[in-house]
Amino acid sequence: MSAQPHRLPSGGRIDRDTVLRLTVDGQELTGHPGDTVASAMLAAGRLDVAPSIYRGRPRGIVAAGVEEPNALLEVLGRCSESMLPATTVSLVDGLAVRTLSGLGRLDPTGDEAVYDKRFAHTDVLVIGAGPAGLAAASAAARSGARVILLDEQSEAGGSLLSCRQETVNGSPALDWVREVVAELESAPEARVLSRTTAFGSYDDNYVVAVQHRTDHLGHPAPEGVSRQRVWHIRAARVVIATGAHERPLVFAGNDRPGVLLASAVRGYLNRYAVAPCSRAVVSTVNDSAYDTVTDLVAAGVEVAAVIDARPVLSPRAAEVAGTGVRVVPGSAVVETTGASRVGGVLVGALDEDGLLGGDAEADVEAIACDLLAVSGGWSPVVHLHSQRQGGLRWDDVLAAFVPEGTVRDQQVAGSARGTFDLGGCLEEGTEAGVAAAVAAGFPIEAEAPVGRAATGEYGPVRQLWLVPGRTGGPADWHEHFVDLQRDQTVADVWRATGAGLRGIEHVKRYTSIGTAHDQGRTSAVNAIGVIATALGATPGEIGTTSYRAPYTPVSFAALAGRERGDLFDPERTTPIQPWHVAHGARFEIVGQWLRPRYFPRDGEDIDAAVARESRAARRGVAMMDASTLGKIEVCGADAGEFLDRVYTNAHRRLPVGSARYGVMCKPDGMILDDGVNLRLDENRFLLTTTTGGAAGVLDWLEEWLQTEWPELDVYCTSVTEQWTTIAVVGPKSRQVVARVAPELDVSAEAFPFMTFRETTLASGVPARICRISFSGELAYEINVSGWYGLAVWEQVYAAGADLDITPYGTETMHVLRAEKGYPIVGQDTDGTVTPQDAGLDWVVSKRKDFIGNRSYTRADTARADRRHLVGLLPADRVTRLPEGTQIIAPDTPVTPEQGPVPMLGHVTSSYHSEALGRPFALALVAGGRDRIGETLIACVGDSPVEVEVTGPVLYDPEGSRRDG
Amino acid sequence: MLLLDCPWCGPRDETEYHYGGQAHVRYPQAPADLTDREWAEYLFFRDNPEGPFAERWVHSTGCRRWFNVVRDTTSYRVLAVYRPTDPRPEGSR
Repeated sequence: MSAQPHRLPSGGRIDRDTVLRLTVDGQELTGHPGDTVASAMLAAGRLDVAPSIYRGRPRGIVAAGVEEPNALLEVLGRCSESMLPATTVSLVDGLAVRTLSGLGRLDPTGDEAVYDKRFAHTDVLVIGAGPAGLAAASAAARSGARVILLDEQSEAGGSLLSCRQETVNGSPALDWVREVVAELESAPEARVLSRTTAFGSYDDNYVVAVQHRTDHLGHPAPEGVSRQRVWHIRAARVVIATGAHERPLVFAGNDRPGVLLASAVRGYLNRYAVAPCSRAVVSTVNDSAYDTVTDLVAAGVEVAAVIDARPVLSPRAAEVAGTGVRVVPGSAVVETTGASRVGGVLVGALDEDGLLGGDAEADVEAIACDLLAVSGGWSPVVHLHSQRQGGLRWDDVLAAFVPEGTVRDQQVAGSARGTFDLGGCLEEGTEAGVAAAVAAGFPIEAEAPVGRAATGEYGPVRQLWLVPGRTGGPADWHEHFVDLQRDQTVADVWRATGAGLRGIEHVKRYTSIGTAHDQGRTSAVNAIGVIATALGATPGEIGTTSYRAPYTPVSFAALAGRERGDLFDPERTTPIQPWHVAHGARFEIVGQWLRPRYFPRDGEDIDAAVARESRAARRGVAMMDASTLGKIEVCGADAGEFLDRVYTNAHRRLPVGSARYGVMCKPDGMILDDGVNLRLDENRFLLTTTTGGAAGVLDWLEEWLQTEWPELDVYCTSVTEQWTTIAVVGPKSRQVVARVAPELDVSAEAFPFMTFRETTLASGVPARICRISFSGELAYEINVSGWYGLAVWEQVYAAGADLDITPYGTETMHVLRAEKGYPIVGQDTDGTVTPQDAGLDWVVSKRKDFIGNRSYTRADTARADRRHLVGLLPADRVTRLPEGTQIIAPDTPVTPEQGPVPMLGHVTSSYHSEALGRPFALALVAGGRDRIGETLIACVGDSPVEVEVTGPVLYDPEGSRRDG
Repeated sequence: MLLLDCPWCGPRDETEYHYGGQAHVRYPQAPADLTDREWAEYLFFRDNPEGPFAERWVHSTGCRRWFNVVRDTTSYRVLAVYRPTDPRPEGSR
């Protein structure tokens, strides 16, 4: 068991009775519940982590929270997770971690943990459980309003967790924290979520947060508890109380291990009972670091000196100096020394302009120490406010960007808006909580708790954006680090501004400052200060970059939640699905439907199966599950009139019992969808749509009915899932249908093409049978209620058994229809194809108006060289052209020197035709119908393939097979 | 994510709706009477103002009904919600 030499004998929010084991880079350490990996490392006297990403410089722990730029971990294990700040990973027994050089690794192992999400509505959402947030939540909850309080830490308290002597209402501050949390937890409408980070703030107070629920437990999650949960919260009012982050200082060697933020040192002392050093120097530009000084002294750590950049001692500085601590005003640490870790600092005096006075070489004082605590001022955490385009203002007194105004229905309270004293935070928080509750409709008055910090002043701030180096100029200062995680220095900023870059967004992208995993939490404002210095401007004139979600990284697994694997997308199946599965179908996804693509018999590949299925459909009988086609019932006195306006051809006078192929277009004249429509009775039609287009077509119809023609008496209802449709196809299909439906006269005379009949099947099932063909063969479509779908499918299969009835899938369906030149909307068309382009001008009425009609006389749609749908036959009779293949004219050079290559069109469908005994394709080709008989070139990879242009109908162009 | 107040269902998340572009662009009564330019303007030209904008939405996963919204394109604030048969409310400009 290794020692914890830097653990203080008492204090801290840790459970000393329990010892936890931890391995960091193979080194065994121990810690206690309440520790983070970082605090356990510091307790053991270890602060170094993996070297920096680009320059390989030694690095150490800098911070105590999410702003940590250096100490990034990979947590090892079954499915490892990378890029976790050591300052945020709670210690559990047996934890094994590896420190990273700023670059993680995505474990390719499947993550088997469960992630989920919850949706919540609340009257008041308070983000941050520090003094301001607690005060706000407490006041709001007392009104009876629904309140949610989120905090990223393991427990509520915020900055108070790192304090020593602060009081609220005369009692220790953490007692007050405990009381407020207990009060909230017992309030029926309040919810407190710890380890929960609000990472995104969106319109109308939609806040997304991630809750870490199990990693800190140290044992497998209880059954039914997800590892992480993403909360989607809609709040009437939001109170942002996200606190502030301390900034480091920019000087030579400021990246050396042992340079820590002053507030982090304080946190390690008080929250974790760890003194990370024995002799410290503190370098500051404001009063806040003096709390660290007094706490170091109280913990028995020697403070060698406080180096204060301000020329005159503030009252707080003077008070601390009065206790015997050496305070050096008007000075700064200009350099750190030491082999790897800080072994000492060099201190120099600053003049009014922040330059080193006198002879920089002679006038520096060396002070030995093993830790340098720095405070370069504080930056309010304005991310969530700014994500909503909340304004920011540079406050030259606070040396900080602070919120200007508030986002609608939001407030910012406490140090997040630049109020850094405890009393002020409590007052602002209470006011914000009351205002939020009142605005949400829960009137209340509340008195703010009285907070007293031991000393707690922020004091005047000296803006010291870079401490000059002892030699050279800024362009040479390659060890003045601005962004530790990106290894970017003052010299890098100077190179950017020297190259003429002025805007912060440009410098950010040129240098990559602020783009690392920590998103510039410790570097952004310092970078702005350095740029301002370089350009002779103020930070306010430079401005900030845009703040975007997520505030801290969120795993994709958490965002995906349970929507992965089978639950990634809804999967729709027809009632016949069990049969398809039992008969070995291979499936493809169409829209959200799972459709059989082909039914391989023993050892067949897709080509062999499709060839066999095609032969059956062309020579014998075959059957297909066509249930996925969209079906919409259109009813009402004006149904026929409506369809006349929507479809390019007439429907109003279609006789009851007949079917008609229809195409619908957008107003620009481009094909939207197609299908065969039945007239069920005078006021009732059944439309069919493409499988993938069903929902869109229903929306389209509704849009016209509701927004343009509300006077029409028409109602649309989706009935796709109510009907099962079985296509029976082939010269022998009549025999099979006759057996299944003996009451029906199936002769061509009694039951002609494009009609339908209602009948009762031999099995007693009512059915609607249509004579419709998508293959050019004699074919029927048997429609029955979905409840009977599987049974009737099996009846048809049995009835055709002696004829070797062959089930086929979408691949064969595609081949059969393409041989006949029937386009598939969305495959052979793409939103730029008119019916005329697709060779469907026969379906475009000249006698009535319809949506899109006016566009056919537009100059562009009337062009003769538009792309037409044509057939292509590869001259070599073997090449199956990949869909998407570009078509060019013969002798077109295809070299880069002679480019760009003029394209004539592209292949939209391509198959091997069993009937033709060769591959063929459909393609959209410029002026294609005028090129029939010509030879063009298809660019297949690097090899040109000669193709003959043909009409789109390659099989049975006379249509002789339709009636069997 | 916007919170839109469906005139029939009440406030619902934006993901329940589909956007339908600028409102009050009527389908021409007699398209054949329009010049190519007028027809092209109906097809392709829409306003893109900075500030209040009357636009159409449909409650796709709810009541499936269309309605109009006046929304400030700068602040995304919804200034008015009304049925397609109603005129644009006064003062929403």
